[in-house]
Amino acid sequence: MALAAAYVIQQEWALEGSREQRVAGKKITDAFEVFDHECNKTVDVREIGTIIRSLGCCPSEGELHDMLAEVSSLPFVIFSSILKFTKALIFSLLCRRPEYRPIPEDVLLRAFEVLDVNKCGHLTKEELVKYMTEEGEPFTQEEMEEMLSAAVDPETNTVRYKDYITMMVVDEN
Amino acid sequence: MFKTLLYVIWDGFLNLASHISGECPNQCALGYSQVSALFGSVLHVTAFKAAVLIQRWYRRYVARLEMRRRCTWRIFQSIEYSCEQDQIKLHNFFSYLMDHFTPSSSKERDFISRMLTEEESYKDTELEKLCDYQSVEVPDSYVGPHLSFPLLPDHATALVEAFKQKQQLHAHYVLKLLHETRRHLMQLPNISYVSTCYSEEITICGDLHGRLDDLFLIFYKNGLPSPEKSYVFNGDFVDRGKQSIEILIILFAFLLVYPKEVHLNRGNHEDHMVNLRYGFTKEVMQKYKVHGKKILKMLQNVFCWLPLATLIDQKVLVLHGGVSDATDLELLAKIERHKFVSVLRGKKRKEKSRPMESKVTNGESLPRSSSFPGSCFHPGFANAASTSSRTELSQWVRQSVQEELEKCRRQVGFRETQGDEDLTCVSSVTMTELELESCGTSESSHEEWKQIVDILWSDPVPQEGCQMNTVRGGGCYFGPDVTEKILQKHSLQFLIRSHECKQEGYEFCHNRKVLTIFSASNYYEVGSNRGAYVKLGPDLIPHFVQYQANKTAHTLTMRQRISRVEESAFRALREKLFAHTSDLICRFKVYDRDDTGNITLSDWATAVESVLHLGLPWRMLRPQLVRSTAAGMLEYKSWLDDLAVEQRSKEHIQSSLLEIIYRNRSNLETIFRIIDSDHSGLISFEEFHHTWRLFSSHMNIELTDDGISDLARSIDFNKDGNIDFNEFLEAFRLIEQSPGDDKTVALTTPHCRDGS
Repeated sequence: MALAAAYVIQQEWALEGSREQRVAGKKITDAFEVFDHECNKTVDVREIGTIIRSLGCCPSEGELHDMLAEVSSLPFVIFSSILKFTKALIFSLLCRRPEYRPIPEDVLLRAFEVLDVNKCGHLTKEELVKYMTEEGEPFTQEEMEEMLSAAVDPETNTVRYKDYITMMVVDEN
Repeated sequence: MFKTLLYVIWDGFLNLASHISGECPNQCALGYSQVSALFGSVLHVTAFKAAVLIQRWYRRYVARLEMRRRCTWRIFQSIEYSCEQDQIKLHNFFSYLMDHFTPSSSKERDFISRMLTEEESYKDTELEKLCDYQSVEVPDSYVGPHLSFPLLPDHATALVEAFKQKQQLHAHYVLKLLHETRRHLMQLPNISYVSTCYSEEITICGDLHGRLDDLFLIFYKNGLPSPEKSYVFNGDFVDRGKQSIEILIILFAFLLVYPKEVHLNRGNHEDHMVNLRYGFTKEVMQKYKVHGKKILKMLQNVFCWLPLATLIDQKVLVLHGGVSDATDLELLAKIERHKFVSVLRGKKRKEKSRPMESKVTNGESLPRSSSFPGSCFHPGFANAASTSSRTELSQWVRQSVQEELEKCRRQVGFRETQGDEDLTCVSSVTMTELELESCGTSESSHEEWKQIVDILWSDPVPQEGCQMNTVRGGGCYFGPDVTEKILQKHSLQFLIRSHECKQEGYEFCHNRKVLTIFSASNYYEVGSNRGAYVKLGPDLIPHFVQYQANKTAHTLTMRQRISRVEESAFRALREKLFAHTSDLICRFKVYDRDDTGNITLSDWATAVESVLHLGLPWRMLRPQLVRSTAAGMLEYKSWLDDLAVEQRSKEHIQSSLLEIIYRNRSNLETIFRIIDSDHSGLISFEEFHHTWRLFSSHMNIELTDDGISDLARSIDFNKDGNIDFNEFLEAFRLIEQSPGDDKTVALTTPHCRDGS
């Protein structure tokens, strides 16, 4: 059963706050509106992760979970906790807290290198699957398949991670 | 949770270290084996951290893709719906004609009468004469399929095979098939009653819109119609896609072969007025150059006989659009549905000998007609004995419209928006009521028409209540309470409808009481959406099968699929922006008070929405539309210039005219097709001139006669005094093909990986 979380961001931030806050507030509102299917200022709580990430933040699943637990554990939606939650979001967008910042290319590369135990410049498909589905905050099968479809070089059945990162970064921009 | 796990692990081997060394963790001195054990654990933790990092990054990437996908979808939908608003503008144009245009010559009168007169619903004998097939000879050289009647299952299967081989059915057989279909449909009630006990399952398919590949895929996955395999096809078989006639032929053939198992519902596109705009008319004329006109005329008289709804086990109601708070199945069942040849023009069987009472003019009889937002055509008008009584009438009508405007506005509760759309929509509603008054017609014909329009054009919305569907210009937006009411009233379990494209091919709403099923995959663009069909057994629990009819779509990664659809959407959006250049400049200037030539990106977003009214999240779309910005500011003039350069422009035509052509291309096309009554694709210079003169005065465009001549001459590609308006429209087509057409675009994305 999907819960709905109400967002009233613009109300508070559009009228007050600095210009940056207002602009950030509008941007966030726009992003929410894309997912507001019923056009009634609510979004499905399960999509908040997508919305936040699409705005540029990189919370881990755990952090997201904590955030949402605050909101969805309540029987009724209470504005103040939503505002608190979204203020944190805006704050992070403005102040770019490290844990929410997009991950730079070189850090990402190093992460792959850590997993590349033999230091051969690539991971086998099996290795990637093992790490992504058993370590950290495991992928679902769907996520794994989707990642593999773009990451694996079909000729060698390996993941040349440096190339993969470059491609993904280019695509983003 | 995982964070906690991390700490536990860390704590864990800190404890381990202290245990090994026997000392406080902060001062541990460890031996080699202990170090390597530690090292291993540390590595393990680092791997964990690395994995989390990669996963976080990837999930964010995917979320961004998802956001792009949603935005793209919104773009396509809003553009599609705004096209439907064109219908309202067309109505404006025609009512303007009626109000202001007094033909000064018989030629002009002919011209106007062609626009305003309409075909009637014919009796059998008349039809047989006009659309006879006997005179159509099948040459010996014809290699396509031959049909003999009564049709046998083999014929239907042969047709499917023939179309797979890209053959074309000869006009002779098409006409005969249509005659037989009509004969069959005439026996059917408005609402078909189907039971699941005869065949185990019923398969319901939604919009196909000329996509033959999807129909093939459905038959492949689900089997052909047969005594064991019942089907309901829920309307919109034609338009947009390029193989509408083939789909009709196949569906009609199976209908005749398995009349108990195959059921067709009428959709809003089974309507020749809609076909003029959305491509089916064009397709028929292209494929059947000699006999196309006969086929089209025959089709009008087949569409009007299609049943309106299907009821399964008395529990599940299947219809194309939706319902309204006025929908009454008993009433619906009693209507003479064939009288409504086009719901848009409210056509009725011409009752020549019936004098109507008229409150308005003296002695002039107006034939009965019911209207719809988008039409107010009276066949009688063109043949008016005197133009003065017409002018009188139109003046009266106009005046009353203004008076009624405010009243209706308040009643329906329209928002205060600028622009003509709302205004005309309300006025057209008023027109309906006025015409009824003036014609002295009974309520019943209007009621009947409304029942049908609501069934074919309505959309479900989450908000309670029943509002007029202003976007489409017909039918309602109905809420969950309306659904509930009708389900209870007729003891139904749920509704199945189509009419709206859905990403996954199907979607529930209204607490799973309304199911939308849509069977045309890749509707907007390759990869844009899946198609689906639904199967119901005696338990009436829906089972869905989804598909996507395009091999390339499968080999693309999610990223590539989204990129491609996105490209297409943004191209269409840029065209729309270009078409509103002047309005945009005006609006930008409002925000640029100091006339610096720059505005903030935030103001840009607000301005664009206020001009285009597409309801899109412009801030999310901005990066794709505005490439170069400096310090959050946009040089709007050069941005608009860039947009113009992108489009294929005709330098010798003034840009404001160009804008108008782009903005009204759909309506212009429809008008041309109406004028081109013999469907030749050509209109004369004179007709072109007339059209432009009328159109430009209606749109308040300054266009001299010379200007029109220049325009005409520049388009007279064959230099023979005739305008091929298809070429005219192609010349002003910005995107390669409009969304919804089949596309064969080579993959040009880098790092393209073909699936193994």
